[in-house]
Amino acid sequence: MIVDYDAGNLHSVQRACYEVGLKAEICADPEQLRSADRVVFPGVGAAGSAMRSLIERGMDQALREVIDSGRPVLGICLGLQISLEYSEENDTRTLGIIPGRVCRFALDNPDLKIPHMGWNEVRVVQPHPVLEGIEPGDEFYFVHGYFPSPESAANVFAVTQYEREFASAVGKDNYIGTQFHPEKSGRVGLRLIKNFARWDGNAQ
Amino acid sequence: MLSKRVIACLDVRDGHLAKSIKFVNTKNIGDPVEKAHEYYIDGLDELVFYDITASSDKRNIMLDVVEAVASQVFIPLSVGGGIRSVSDATDLRLAGAEKINVNSAAVKRPELIAECAEAIGNQNVVLSMDVKSVPPSTETPSGYEIVINGGRTAMGIDALEWALKGEALGAGELVVNSIDADGTREGYELNLTALLSNAVRIPVIASGGAGLPEHLYDVLTAGKADAALVASMVHYGDYKVSELKRYLHDRGVKIRMSW
Repeated sequence: MIVDYDAGNLHSVQRACYEVGLKAEICADPEQLRSADRVVFPGVGAAGSAMRSLIERGMDQALREVIDSGRPVLGICLGLQISLEYSEENDTRTLGIIPGRVCRFALDNPDLKIPHMGWNEVRVVQPHPVLEGIEPGDEFYFVHGYFPSPESAANVFAVTQYEREFASAVGKDNYIGTQFHPEKSGRVGLRLIKNFARWDGNAQ
Repeated sequence: MLSKRVIACLDVRDGHLAKSIKFVNTKNIGDPVEKAHEYYIDGLDELVFYDITASSDKRNIMLDVVEAVASQVFIPLSVGGGIRSVSDATDLRLAGAEKINVNSAAVKRPELIAECAEAIGNQNVVLSMDVKSVPPSTETPSGYEIVINGGRTAMGIDALEWALKGEALGAGELVVNSIDADGTREGYELNLTALLSNAVRIPVIASGGAGLPEHLYDVLTAGKADAALVASMVHYGDYKVSELKRYLHDRGVKIRMSW
């Protein structure tokens, strides 16, 4: 199921899931979410309002329960950022599934555009079943002004260079999140979603 | 490092592909869904649809086109043309457009940019501007003026000022279309794109004038653009998207080469 908490366009994620044979439903009800086999947690927009919306709908608790139960969860963009403990964006306390915080790009190089928008290379630094098949040089589509900064390198599965090197895929146990948008990243993106559709939640 | 993007723009009228030269004499050149898919498979980085349908009762055709493309093309999809309200923008988003391009309606009512940014996020609002070169004056000190109605109406607004205002109002990206270069195939207006790209922090997409691969090279280097928009040079089969990307890559431009 795809978590609907009023944070962005879920239909493009749903279309990409269909394309790889994953029948994903959009879900705004915590009870229904608790019954999901696997969950995609997308999101664009600001951390503060997204977190408020999750809490108002009781989706934060349901999502935690799904993650605690060991079912596979894929966070995308803001969905990944919200799974860390804290975001500098709107000074927001977030879900805390992965130790660490979300920081703003420093913006001190005037040649770099903000947001970080476009295709950039994703370098896998730790093998993961969901990232299988990503080759050196493969690029994914990014749109973001803040980046995830997990406390432990154990949670970093891929990195990307923009202004500085940052974690572009972050995971822990049955949770994996990508800062990029696999649903907008052509064939390699679809491959990642297909990997997720088959994943049993075991990161090894 | 971030790659430069090659973006194809498809002008759509009544659900069919059209390409205009200097915005007049539009000509029907095929099925937009088929064309979009062909470019996607050939490595296109992003797609823009521009709806030039004249009559409002046929505008829903565009939603069908967007929906059909979005279910088989998995790269960012941007749609513009005739967007006057947040509800126009959200209808297109629901149909599958990632980004929304606002143009004339934003010139007439700049708050539209802020309203769309609030509703769908800054990063999804693209300010598309049609620009004409004019002698510098107190009204247009940069020597570039904003025009609307396909270039027919000059607005007395300085292009540089408008770009900065659009950014401040919440636009996440700029499309800078030179009316002078559009359709000529003689190259982009490099001075214009460099001027605007140096002035704003948001990405700038250069538009108008592409005819040869070196034109893309020039605008992505000297022209300081983050992305280059192409139309007729790929629509008529003179160049393939993959050929343009290979050329740019070979000349040292950072470009996405695996797809």
